[in-house]
Amino acid sequence: MEIKKGLLYSKEHEWVRIEDGRAYIGITDYAQHNLGEIVYVELPAAGKRLKAGDALCSVDSIKAASDVYSPLSGTVLEANEELGNDPGKINSAPYESWIARIEIADASEADSLMNDAQYEEFCASEA
Amino acid sequence: MRRTPLYGEHVSSGARMTDFGGWEMPLQYKGIIEEHRAVREAAGLFDVSHMGEVEVRGGDAFGAVQNLVTNDVSAMRASQALYSPMCYPDGGTVDDVVVYMRGEGDYLIIVNAANTKKDFEWISANARGAQVRDVSDEYAQIALQGPRAQDVLKKLTDYPVESLGFFRFADGVAVAGRSVMLSRSGYTGEDGFEIYSKPEDAPELWRSLTDAGKEFGLLPAGLGARDTLRFEAALPLYGHELSENISPLEAGLGRFVKLGKDSFIGKEALLKQSEKLERAIAGFEAVSGVPRNGFEVFARGARIGFVTSGSFSPTLKKSLGMALIEKEYSAQGTEIEIFARGRNVAAKVVKLPFYTKKYKR
Repeated sequence: MEIKKGLLYSKEHEWVRIEDGRAYIGITDYAQHNLGEIVYVELPAAGKRLKAGDALCSVDSIKAASDVYSPLSGTVLEANEELGNDPGKINSAPYESWIARIEIADASEADSLMNDAQYEEFCASEA
Repeated sequence: MRRTPLYGEHVSSGARMTDFGGWEMPLQYKGIIEEHRAVREAAGLFDVSHMGEVEVRGGDAFGAVQNLVTNDVSAMRASQALYSPMCYPDGGTVDDVVVYMRGEGDYLIIVNAANTKKDFEWISANARGAQVRDVSDEYAQIALQGPRAQDVLKKLTDYPVESLGFFRFADGVAVAGRSVMLSRSGYTGEDGFEIYSKPEDAPELWRSLTDAGKEFGLLPAGLGARDTLRFEAALPLYGHELSENISPLEAGLGRFVKLGKDSFIGKEALLKQSEKLERAIAGFEAVSGVPRNGFEVFARGARIGFVTSGSFSPTLKKSLGMALIEKEYSAQGTEIEIFARGRNVAAKVVKLPFYTKKYKR
């Protein structure tokens, strides 16, 4: 399982990459592995306002549907339309497959997320 | 949780295991879609040892079975198999089963794993003096499915496999040196075999079949692919398309309900229902998302039923489902809506099965 350095992680297995006050959000390698082959992503609409912990979107694997939560509060700026045509990219390249880019409402919320070392420990405790 | 004799094989090949009706079974090995494709294009190997087997013999075994199932066993000969629903007096479904006729007054009934105890009790209560035994623990079952299944099997047996027709079986066939009951049948919409063996012979059979299948592209396949395969072929799954509350007529299985038979359990209720069927299983294609079991179905603002099975179809690459809906909405092309996660998704009724079977005749 790959955990990428330099990203922040949530307990629900989302990753966050912050660039210039904006956050790219995706799901981790651990999450995609547990979901199985992803066949559909219901992408969030631009302008959607979220509180930390709100459902950002849902993804369907071949066997089940799951919600993806936003680890941070903010407003959706854009969704990764490429995933609409190729949802399986989340399986093959989870850290390149950002689902949405959001305008962060409260930067201090990022402090409660995990770094890669902490997330690795967290995954080990989940297994 | 209960484990099949093949549990060790699954774990050593890295399968992801899941609880299926109290059985710890392989959900997938490499991935559901890859395993699904292997079965459609080459071959797949399934452990279905969790299935139940109930023996009915002696006494008036024929009369008992004929009364228990909705299909007609009177024309059966030894070494034939027959698919049939089994109903309650009210027409609801106890289970759907496969009846193997081993000889005069000697039947082996294959039942769904989760229904084994219920079926055994139901069959016992309607035995007409026949001896009824739950012999599930005496059998392991491996399903070898796919267009190359026969090629794989031929490497391991001298039995003239090509002469075995669909829903025919032979007992005492040597496969990889083990004596098995070999049946040409399955639950995938492809040609294939179901191999019943002694539990202690199953691991060696599994390994032999896996090795023999390598050159043809055979993969071990889990319950995930078994479900997507049977779904595309619109084969019913008990608890979804059939249940105590869904009759075989509603499930579109009328061809397995012989209302002309003298008598059988559920006949009166089914006869009455056949005069005016109010609900039917319909296939549909949704414009987005993946429909799931239990989602509600609407038409013109009114609730008309619910989804019984839904999946992304790996073969057709579409979002498809089966739903039990009011019959007037079940015609092909009818526009319906699937209520999924807080909103309605447009869908239209399409023909079943989604995938046309390629059985050997």
